[in-house]
Amino acid sequence: MSARRFSTGPAPHLPAPLTVAGVMRQVLYALLPGIAAHAWFFGPGILVQILLASAFALGFEAAMLKLRGKPLAKFLGDYSALVTAVLFALCIPPLAPWWISLIAMLFAIVLAKHLYGGLGHNVFNPAMVGYVVVLISFPAVMTQWLPPRGIAEVSPGLQQTLVAIFSGTLPAPLSWDAISQATPLDTLKTGIEAGRMVPEIRVAPIFGDFGGLGWEWIANWYLLGGLYLLYRRVISWQVPLAVIGSVLVLSLPAYLFDPANNPVPLQHIFSGALILGAFFIATDPVSGCTSARGRLLFGAGVGVITLVIRRWGGYPDGIAFGVLLMNMAAPLIDRYTRPRVYGT
Amino acid sequence: MAAIKARAQDRTAGTGMTYPELTRQTRNAGEHLHHFHGGLRLRHNKKISCTRPVERPPLPECLVVPLQQHAGGPAEAVVKAGDAVLKGDVLGINVEQRSARIHAPTSGTVQGIENRPMAHPSGLVGPCVIISPDGRDQWSSLDTLPDWKSMDPQTLSDRIRETGVVGLGGAVFPTAEKASGGRVANVHTLIINGAECEPYISCDEMLMREHPDRIIRGSCILRHACGAEKIVIAIEDQMGAVQRAFETALEASGAENVSLVKIPSIYPEGGERQLIQVLTGQEVPLGSLPADIGLVCQNVATAAAVADAVLEGHPLIERYVTVTGEGIREPRNLLALIGTPVAHLVTQCGGYTEAATRMVVGGPMMGYALASDQEPIVKASNCILVMTEDQVTPPQDEMPCIRCGECARVCPAQLLPQELHREIRNNLWSEAEADRLHACIECGCCDFVCPSQIPLVDWFRYGKDELRQQALDQQAADLARVRFEARERRLERIKQQKRERIKLRKQALSNRSEQQKKVAAAVERASNRKSGMTEQGSEE
Ligand code: SF4
Ligand code: SF4
Repeated sequence: MSARRFSTGPAPHLPAPLTVAGVMRQVLYALLPGIAAHAWFFGPGILVQILLASAFALGFEAAMLKLRGKPLAKFLGDYSALVTAVLFALCIPPLAPWWISLIAMLFAIVLAKHLYGGLGHNVFNPAMVGYVVVLISFPAVMTQWLPPRGIAEVSPGLQQTLVAIFSGTLPAPLSWDAISQATPLDTLKTGIEAGRMVPEIRVAPIFGDFGGLGWEWIANWYLLGGLYLLYRRVISWQVPLAVIGSVLVLSLPAYLFDPANNPVPLQHIFSGALILGAFFIATDPVSGCTSARGRLLFGAGVGVITLVIRRWGGYPDGIAFGVLLMNMAAPLIDRYTRPRVYGT
Repeated sequence: MAAIKARAQDRTAGTGMTYPELTRQTRNAGEHLHHFHGGLRLRHNKKISCTRPVERPPLPECLVVPLQQHAGGPAEAVVKAGDAVLKGDVLGINVEQRSARIHAPTSGTVQGIENRPMAHPSGLVGPCVIISPDGRDQWSSLDTLPDWKSMDPQTLSDRIRETGVVGLGGAVFPTAEKASGGRVANVHTLIINGAECEPYISCDEMLMREHPDRIIRGSCILRHACGAEKIVIAIEDQMGAVQRAFETALEASGAENVSLVKIPSIYPEGGERQLIQVLTGQEVPLGSLPADIGLVCQNVATAAAVADAVLEGHPLIERYVTVTGEGIREPRNLLALIGTPVAHLVTQCGGYTEAATRMVVGGPMMGYALASDQEPIVKASNCILVMTEDQVTPPQDEMPCIRCGECARVCPAQLLPQELHREIRNNLWSEAEADRLHACIECGCCDFVCPSQIPLVDWFRYGKDELRQQALDQQAADLARVRFEARERRLERIKQQKRERIKLRKQALSNRSEQQKKVAAAVERASNRKSGMTEQGSEE
């Protein structure tokens, strides 16, 4: 009987149920409902921004891979640059000029990701690095938000959107004064700072049931996507729970003691980028904590910092700063939250 | 015994419990079920090999019996080429305590002792006794111990040792050693492990269905041999047929203090430490043995082998082997003689399918790949799994670790595989040791879930080897230092002695010369006197 020979390989012999590319693809799928809602309430700008940011991100990614002598197809195919681009695009005003994406992706992909060693080695969340750089550098541009469908008198169509994004000026007869509007968080912050009462501020048409009009619906769809990711085990539950939980726990007593100066806790949750941040941004594994307890601490930190910035800081929303600050703390948290090894 | 308890007490420091508390908890093994950390729910794929009854394949043309089939060192051959052997004759004897005897699986002629590839992940070659069967399959004289109940446990242990029984669950540790160790440590409960948690493997399940009585009898013998009071038989909750078989057999046997416990099937629950955690809620302290907390675990097939050894006088020369997978035409379980080439078993199962691409000994999670089907079945071979191209991990397209933490979530040893992997890759050996690399049971859970497809277990094996080697080197260096210092001391002592001797001699010499001087002086004086006298005399 002649011997039959077989290929060998190390155990386990079963293929992995999930790959990096698979994880990233799931994240992109889970964002789709939120993106659709965004486009419904604020017009096609978001779609253009996503395409722009993706193109820049992939361009920078390819260039950096080439420079670093890494295989292009393998790493471009992991979708991580795309996730960075899409998350960034979801945070900026829909009519922001094209170079905003260019600058942000330059910082995100080249600086925050590749100069730190590429996928798996970045200390900071690339999308948030890009966002914070443009937020600090171009505050005026970054606060030109549109009013949501329902209260907008005129909303720019696709053609006007393209003109606005690529030329930086609005085509006649639109004007920034006519179409731009502060976000609900902005309105709330300036209102409180001007000494007005929360219930009084909240009668403005821009507010919805909990958060901002339109915003809360977008948040609902992000929430749905986030739950899908939880169900698929792409993200772990600790971070979103801790972010949302800490915001609730801290804002509830404030609201109960002083409802005139503090919004309902649910408003905090359903406005701004909190849900998006809790499920999609703070859950970035690379720049976050890895142990279960570490993730709880990480999420709680993000929630607390966000609230503090919303309340006392110079920016209406603080999730990006919360994530970046906690990124810095992550290695330390990881060191002190190691699980106890079996039998010790 | 007191020493062992003290040792266990040291090691229980981390659990915040004292030794008596630990054993009190483990005493109630199986009363309430607990959890172990992590683990995986895998598809069982066991049914495909359970539909056909277990058969004994015809004798192969030649049997290749490795002398190394157990945890300790290889056995020493006591036969030579040309010898005629009967079924059950001893082929090799154990030279060390932790090794085991090897017996002839059938009657025939020894063709020779050759170095052949051993069924071992390393693919190393080792000495094997080649036997060509004479077809008569004639037993050597058998010695049974029917009244084992009234016998001294040591006698039972000796019988188990003589018959070459080793742990058949995979660890192949000599069963007699484990029993004696249990007796010394004063164990109270014997756990019989029927939780066969790896996918595809069904040899234990078939054995439990077909021979629950043998398992129960063997368990009672083992209980006597290791001095325990209770027996807990653990089976998986999806083994309905097994449960019924055991219940009937238990009733018929009238064995006392034996309980049957069903546990949820989560991989790697069949691991000794995980099984103990599920049954008792207690962790075996790192660096200790289950015996230190009053428990001994034995696999069901081991228990059956013990029954055969004591009641029939049969040494361990055959075992149930599952031959299965999508690469096999008629998957089934076979009762195979140790030393049967794998190819012979595959032929009994209808041969390979076209798509067969990988042959694994053991299960898909912890088994190792065989390069050729000429290698023999050994005592540890529970399963021959032939997988197809699309089932196998593709050639690793490894990505960097994205720190997703999935590996840590599923790790039953509660390790941080991502950290260990980073430390090993960067040669941070003391960190890897501090993070308890040695606590890894190589179950493969982390590796399986890793989205970056990093061959984590491979790294951990390498890391453990490296640490072991370093420890050995350190020992050798320490020894060398001690030797060097001893030599220095010896030389110094010799020099010292030499110096003393020289001093003594010098002293002696000087004493002598002094004496000589005295003598000389006396002689002189005398001669002076004499000459004076003569002078005087002459003068006179
Ligand atoms: S599962 Fe893989 S990628 Fe995820 S943390 Fe562990 S080693 Fe890294
Ligand atoms: S192989 Fe080791 S590190 Fe990986 S899950 Fe199993 S015990 Fe944990």
